[in-house]
Amino acid sequence: MNKPAYGLMAEFESPTELVVAARAAREKGYRKLDAYTPFPIEELTDALHLHHNKLPLIVLLGGLLGGFTGFMLQYYITVIYFPINIAGRPLDSWPAYIIITFELTILFAAISTVLGLLALCGLPMHYHPVFNVPRFALASRNRFFLCIEARDPLFDLAKTSEFLETLKPKEVSEVAS
Amino acid sequence: MADERQDTQVAEKEIIAPGYTFGTVTDQIATVVLTKRTPMFWFMGFGVGIVLLLTLLLAVGLLFAKGVGIWGLRTPVMWGFAITNFVWWIGIGHAGTLISAILLLLNQSWRNSINRFAEAMTLFAVACAGMFPLLHLGRPWLFYWLFPYPNTMGVQPNFRSPLVWDVFAVSTYATVSALFWFVGLMPDLATLRDRTHNRFARFAYGALALGWRGSAKHWSIYETASLLLAGLATPLVLSVHTVVSFDFTIAIVPGWHSTFFPPYFVAGAIYSGFAMVLALAIPLRAVYGLEGLITARHLENAAKVMLATGLIVGYAYMMETFNGWYTTNVYEHAAIWHRMFGPYHVAYWSLISCNILAPQALWFKKVRTKPVLLFISSMVVLTGMWLERYVIIVSSLAQDFLPSSWSIFQATKWDWLTYAGTIGLFLFLFFLFIRLLPMISIFEVRTLLPEAKVEEGVGD
Repeated sequence: MNKPAYGLMAEFESPTELVVAARAAREKGYRKLDAYTPFPIEELTDALHLHHNKLPLIVLLGGLLGGFTGFMLQYYITVIYFPINIAGRPLDSWPAYIIITFELTILFAAISTVLGLLALCGLPMHYHPVFNVPRFALASRNRFFLCIEARDPLFDLAKTSEFLETLKPKEVSEVAS
Repeated sequence: MADERQDTQVAEKEIIAPGYTFGTVTDQIATVVLTKRTPMFWFMGFGVGIVLLLTLLLAVGLLFAKGVGIWGLRTPVMWGFAITNFVWWIGIGHAGTLISAILLLLNQSWRNSINRFAEAMTLFAVACAGMFPLLHLGRPWLFYWLFPYPNTMGVQPNFRSPLVWDVFAVSTYATVSALFWFVGLMPDLATLRDRTHNRFARFAYGALALGWRGSAKHWSIYETASLLLAGLATPLVLSVHTVVSFDFTIAIVPGWHSTFFPPYFVAGAIYSGFAMVLALAIPLRAVYGLEGLITARHLENAAKVMLATGLIVGYAYMMETFNGWYTTNVYEHAAIWHRMFGPYHVAYWSLISCNILAPQALWFKKVRTKPVLLFISSMVVLTGMWLERYVIIVSSLAQDFLPSSWSIFQATKWDWLTYAGTIGLFLFLFFLFIRLLPMISIFEVRTLLPEAKVEEGVGD
């Protein structure tokens, strides 16, 4: 119990209440915020200013790498490593390479999407303080949580708790780290 | 704008029955997995699956011991059942990706309650499909020769061959489908982790959920990832059956060598896939009382897709016949003539009745809203689509250019048992899936509820 808290968590009953609360907390100047919801809420993404992420770039690079790998694999094998005359066709018969180039583009892009998603989310993660809140299990069912983290410069256990109470949550609890 | 928003709200309300809340949706879907009581239906389905799976093991064991001669493969029909089943199974898989990817991009939110089990269907159908070309290799244990890898033999695959393209297309399809499915499952695995009281289950679901906690930061990346995966899977699913059709069209066999095979095959794949979706959804919703989530509207929409793709397939049959005549090529003439009036005429006319005539009943709303009739029509379509591939493959190979080399294909009991065995593998995997994982995407159904809408102007 001597360790400082991870933050303060307020529980709400509807997505509307949570979005209103998140906007109010942003307005108050809090920046190290996160919300926990049972499904994606677009308005919340706006309220917390989360729209930009690097995933599309990662996927683009993965796809380009896949396309390059696919084409060069076939070019290298049919032209350099194992040149063999099949029905008099040119060794570098690139139209025939299109399909495997395409398939590997998709394959690499899809794998980079999933790995990128996990990397950007910091998953897999075996422990996170928010799970210490007893009612947090409901975040995957029907409750909506707003957490102001202790690393926020404006964070003060008493004052922040008071502020969260003004948002009329169902409950405010301290998140043990 | 405001009116438009309200219209979509009304439309979305109808997708699932009224009266559901976040809590009841979650509990109803999670209970199917977390309960200790398993319905009798499950044991029966799983039992049939296991019996047929054992048949598959027997048939494959004998195949390994004796070789592909135990099947009816004799010159000139060297593809027979194996490739028929391969094309049939992989076609069935296509509906799952269509529902999960293409309908996501088209913002068809009704897909949310059927995409999970349709994707599972895709994965298991691809698993069944993938076995056939490998078992058909003659020496299946050398399957890895299909991939380009540095080897002491100093040889490499021929990248100009459609059979090698197929290896890449099908393995990419299987991998991407599995990834897409797993990403969709993550938030629901977290729900199961938080709901279960069993320690082992909590550990297992927790490990699989990778620590998902529903953070808004994660959701925003997650939404980007789903859209990107859908965008990648869309051209992929269209390409896979196109590449499968190249196995035929790139060859010069009469009846195969034609440019309209790719769209014709893709339409047929979606046709049979939606039939399988209906064949699975109708008993499941009845047994597990999910009529409120998989509603009459879902069944009707699936039936409409089936009707539309069925009409495309019907058009393709007409074009196939027309082209056979229009080419003025005697071999093409003969190929079509043999199909219609030759030794396989029973199969040909059965497929025409199953795929073109029978589905016309779906024009009637009365048929589309009766689950029993839909179930029967989906079975008819599945049979018809199997016959279609059988006729394309076997009748073209049996009677090619030289009458002296003609020979009629006779399926052996091992052909039938291997085919039935893969149905067993599919049932086995599918019943395991509905017992262990949520068969409906819980978090996506939550977004359909009226209470999921954020009301603007409150407390601002």
